[in-house]
Amino acid sequence: MLSWMAWTWPTAFVFIGIFSAMGVLTLLEIRRPGGAERKGILRLTTTRGDRLFITLLGSVYIFLAWLGLIGMPLWTPLGLAVLWGVFCFWKV
Amino acid sequence: MKTPNQMGWLFVLPVVALVAFNALIPMMTVVNYSVQETFGNNIFLWEGLGWFEKLLHSERFHAALGRQFLFTAIILAIEVPLGVIIALAMPRKGFWVPVCLVTMALPMLIPWNVVGAMWNIFTLPDIGLLGYLMNSVLGVPYDMTQDPVAAWMTIIVMDVWHWTSLVVLLAYAGLVSIPDAYYQAARIDGASPWSVFRYIQLPKMKTVLTIAILLRFMDSFNIYTEPFVLTGGGPGNSTTLLSIDLVKIALGQFDLGPAAAMSLIYFAITLLVSWLFYTLMTKDDSK
Repeated sequence: MLSWMAWTWPTAFVFIGIFSAMGVLTLLEIRRPGGAERKGILRLTTTRGDRLFITLLGSVYIFLAWLGLIGMPLWTPLGLAVLWGVFCFWKV
Repeated sequence: MKTPNQMGWLFVLPVVALVAFNALIPMMTVVNYSVQETFGNNIFLWEGLGWFEKLLHSERFHAALGRQFLFTAIILAIEVPLGVIIALAMPRKGFWVPVCLVTMALPMLIPWNVVGAMWNIFTLPDIGLLGYLMNSVLGVPYDMTQDPVAAWMTIIVMDVWHWTSLVVLLAYAGLVSIPDAYYQAARIDGASPWSVFRYIQLPKMKTVLTIAILLRFMDSFNIYTEPFVLTGGGPGNSTTLLSIDLVKIALGQFDLGPAAAMSLIYFAITLLVSWLFYTLMTKDDSK
């Protein structure tokens, strides 16, 4: 039934990752409501969900920029994306 | 701390299911296609991020993307100020209000492909009213089927004609919501018309203008039907905007992998610009 969706393990892992992150945020929100709102160094008021969004969107651009300017392999942008995520949840 | 009532989530559930069905599942499929080479009979071969790499180095993609940004920038630069000027000039009370509002709304009621067909017939060099007027009466050479500049001018004028009304109606809604007391205070202070606009009308229109610019950005960045019907992306490739190129790759060449990769990049750009714009415009509100 799902053959038309052409699932692959790598893409499945991407979605499992995103949905688990959203699940963790939901659990956190139930335990500690309010989204841990704060004003970060980009002078934006962000909640946990905003920070996840900025992390994911930024990571997409890190990978696209690397692919466009340098090319394979993608270990360096993976490291950069992880650092970007840490930065977003820590400072933004 | 206990949150009071969680019943609301239950009412949102149907819409979540609907969005999952009509947006999320197709979106996931596009992601899956973007990393594979597709053949008939549901045969898929792993390609990795190869399509993305090829696309990001492709001249054709750069050109289409450049044209898309140029188009959106031009129509935003025209439609937003023009819409605000028209909204300011519209009457706020009396008989002419409904007349103006209905006239303004008319272009938006016409289906997109009909707008394209109308403007095609209107601007054809020999038989179109505008084409005939320009070429034979005024003596100005104008042929949107041959000349890229004329084709660009035509799609821009068409979009301005079709969508400025949206900016006008939103800006007008912002204007009529300003209480008279503001204007009276401005009159007592002897404020100039520019000051009234700058310090009363513009701040009050900010929210609706944000929505108007956001809608116009997304719509114009994803525009397909009107330029496709009007020029078909020609002459040559001169008006082949991103969406037209995407459809050519997906349905013309049936290259689903590259087309899926292209749609994802397209989506990422729309998402980033919309997010940036919305965040910058609403930043001051959350102080």
